[in-house]
Amino acid sequence: MITLIWADNEKGPGLLEGVKMYALKFDENLCKTCPTGDCLVKCQYMNVDKDTAVDEMLKISRGEDSFVFNDCVTCYACEEYCRRGNHPFYLITEKREEKGLLTSPRAITKQWINIGEPQGKYRLGDVKEKVLSFGYMPEFLKWVRGKLFEDVMPSFIFGQEFFCNVVYIHFANTSIIKERLPMVMENFRKLGVKEVICMHDECYGSFAHLAPAYGIDVPFKPIHYFEYLYNRLKELSNEIRPLNIKAAYQRPCSARLCSDKHHYVADIMELIGVELVEREYQGENALCCGGIFNMCFGYDLASDVQKRNIDDMAGHGAEYCFFNCPACQGTLGTKVAKRGIKPVHIIDLCKMAIGEK
Amino acid sequence: MSDITHSLAEIVGEEYVSDREEEAYFYARDPGLMPAHKPDYVVVPETPEQVQEVVRLANREKIPIVPMGAGMALTGLIIPLKGGIVMDMKRMNRILEVNEKARYVIVEGGTSQGHLKAYLEKNYPRLRHSIPDSPATATIAANVMIHGQGRLTQQYGFNSDMVSGLEVVLASGDICKIGSCSISEDWFSKGAPMPDLSGLFLGWFGATGIITKLALKLYPRKKMRDVEIFITDRDDLIPDMVYELTHTEMVEDINIFSQPKPMIFKDNHHMTIFITGDTDEELEFKRKTVWRVLEPFIKSKDGGFMGVSPAMKPTLLEMPQRSVSRFADVTKGGGFEYSGPIILVEKYAECARKVTELAEKYDLGYSGMARIIGRGHCMMYGFAFTFNRADPDMMERTRKALHEVSKFALEVGGIFWKPTVNEQRMAIEKMDPNTRNLMGMIKENMDPNGIMNPGNWEVN
Repeated sequence: MITLIWADNEKGPGLLEGVKMYALKFDENLCKTCPTGDCLVKCQYMNVDKDTAVDEMLKISRGEDSFVFNDCVTCYACEEYCRRGNHPFYLITEKREEKGLLTSPRAITKQWINIGEPQGKYRLGDVKEKVLSFGYMPEFLKWVRGKLFEDVMPSFIFGQEFFCNVVYIHFANTSIIKERLPMVMENFRKLGVKEVICMHDECYGSFAHLAPAYGIDVPFKPIHYFEYLYNRLKELSNEIRPLNIKAAYQRPCSARLCSDKHHYVADIMELIGVELVEREYQGENALCCGGIFNMCFGYDLASDVQKRNIDDMAGHGAEYCFFNCPACQGTLGTKVAKRGIKPVHIIDLCKMAIGEK
Repeated sequence: MSDITHSLAEIVGEEYVSDREEEAYFYARDPGLMPAHKPDYVVVPETPEQVQEVVRLANREKIPIVPMGAGMALTGLIIPLKGGIVMDMKRMNRILEVNEKARYVIVEGGTSQGHLKAYLEKNYPRLRHSIPDSPATATIAANVMIHGQGRLTQQYGFNSDMVSGLEVVLASGDICKIGSCSISEDWFSKGAPMPDLSGLFLGWFGATGIITKLALKLYPRKKMRDVEIFITDRDDLIPDMVYELTHTEMVEDINIFSQPKPMIFKDNHHMTIFITGDTDEELEFKRKTVWRVLEPFIKSKDGGFMGVSPAMKPTLLEMPQRSVSRFADVTKGGGFEYSGPIILVEKYAECARKVTELAEKYDLGYSGMARIIGRGHCMMYGFAFTFNRADPDMMERTRKALHEVSKFALEVGGIFWKPTVNEQRMAIEKMDPNTRNLMGMIKENMDPNGIMNPGNWEVN
């Protein structure tokens, strides 16, 4: 489990005024004494030994240049690799932003910032104290149906007004997160919700960890939808018919922001009778879907990563590839299908198990 | 019933002629901004012989005659500026012949784009034509008459370049074949290796004759089609990007657009790049090639490929793209018009900045959109504005904006595409005098009584 460590600002946490720049505290001493340098040693997109890893992270911390700024592909995984809670990815991100180093073409960054801008076009269901948050992913408007959600639906929210904005760490732009997140929280506060079931890792990671670390008060209890699904399936256990299929899990980059919830994947699969294939690119060693790579770095990186990932699924006999993040499914769904592996969202897999698909 | 109405009814049958007010109202206008003007008669012929007879009658009685397809040009080309007869060609919608191996089709003058597309998909799945993004009801003859563009324009030029033969009724009522079909049974060429007489008709908007049949070149239809969107905030780099893309000879079509709404499109220029293939391998090879040539722009952070979700693809791959029509109602009230000069690709930035400037000046919704023509030889740049038809002030502001576009287009070296009558006058004024004289001679000789779509291309 990752424990976030943050530097308080002068006024203490929770006293955000306008766009405060709460800096993540990167502890150089913690890094210097690191026995492994796992943050970069384990990185699947760099080839770095322990000493180089520590040296580069310290250089970054001191505001010096580093090849890491160029080579980091923003997969977030180092946040999980670092077991000492030193937040290497946030350090890289903050320093990139300070130096004005773009991870993606300007147009892509602008586009994403524009997409997330609140426009008053949000959609609210019959909002109760417990609510499902679809963030800004319209897929959930179709997927979140049936018995699995009948005790909460139609209590849902959707739209930029409730969008966590965490995706901007891909673009080395934490300012926009710090600017918008307080407004998002205020919108939740106005609804008076007490529990928010987050349908995306980034939303959960943002509300459970990032917002408090930035000193932003979160006026509700965030619940990861994996946890909700697991508990709901247990309630519906009499209706579960084991699927008896072999499946590969496409773990998204955003899962690194809430790795304490990752165990639910195996737990849920066990409940619904799905064999998770033991493959190379799973768990900590998961590969990115390639969506961000396409946009930021071009054809070759994305193509190589996608090929290795799908070869790995096929090579281990996966009949299904199930997704957690709709964006991953959009990027990889057709490609896995062309290899004879059925793409499906985890929600649909659960629906299949209770006879709804 | 007047004598003329009676005479027209004898030619086409009573059901297919009208001088009633309700028909006159409808045929007096198109969906654009040009002022309406009612016809005296509407006639809907079914055969080339009926067209001949109607034209002979018009010529004898010196009645203006305006041929009409679906009336989708938006620039008033089918508005009967001097009254007379509007000849609606829609009943002449038969597909007469497909020569599969020579890849051409012969259609009647009122055949719609949608009809041909559906026919080919059903009967000749390996063939396609260059379908424009106008509604499916737009006719093939009208499209080539205005030098329209379509999905294959980047590869093969204007849709009118794809004509391989014409049958035309002249102002005299004589029927005339143009191209190889004037000598041979086969419609494979509109001119070469003989003098190309198609230029006497294409681009004249019916002011020299009425197309009753035409042959159109067809092209291979690949089994798969896909789309990528490269975006940039550097309008000045678009010509370089287009140059690299067209150099690959791998791309089916390139459209570029910029518009402020929805937010996903704000601030950037979007190059929509279509690729085709018969196999996954072919498609992927083309995709890779396209990505590779634009990689330097990715590395310099000047542009990148945006994620195109599976949900977006059907809309983008649709032919014609209905999203173009949806734009027409962005400003509620259903008004939409654009001026689309044909211009060098290197003028992209000037055009893109001008459309933004005019939209701000006149407080209008807008879209700038370009279609690359013939490997980057030129482009059509559409300055598109939306307006509310119930708002006369907004309509007037749109007219003013479009007028400024016209002046700008000429100043920067562009040529009007499907010009309004006013734009035709501006073009004639700027034209080389000897060219103008030649056009005048052609018009005078081909239409001595001035009955053919009068008001258009009136050089003299």
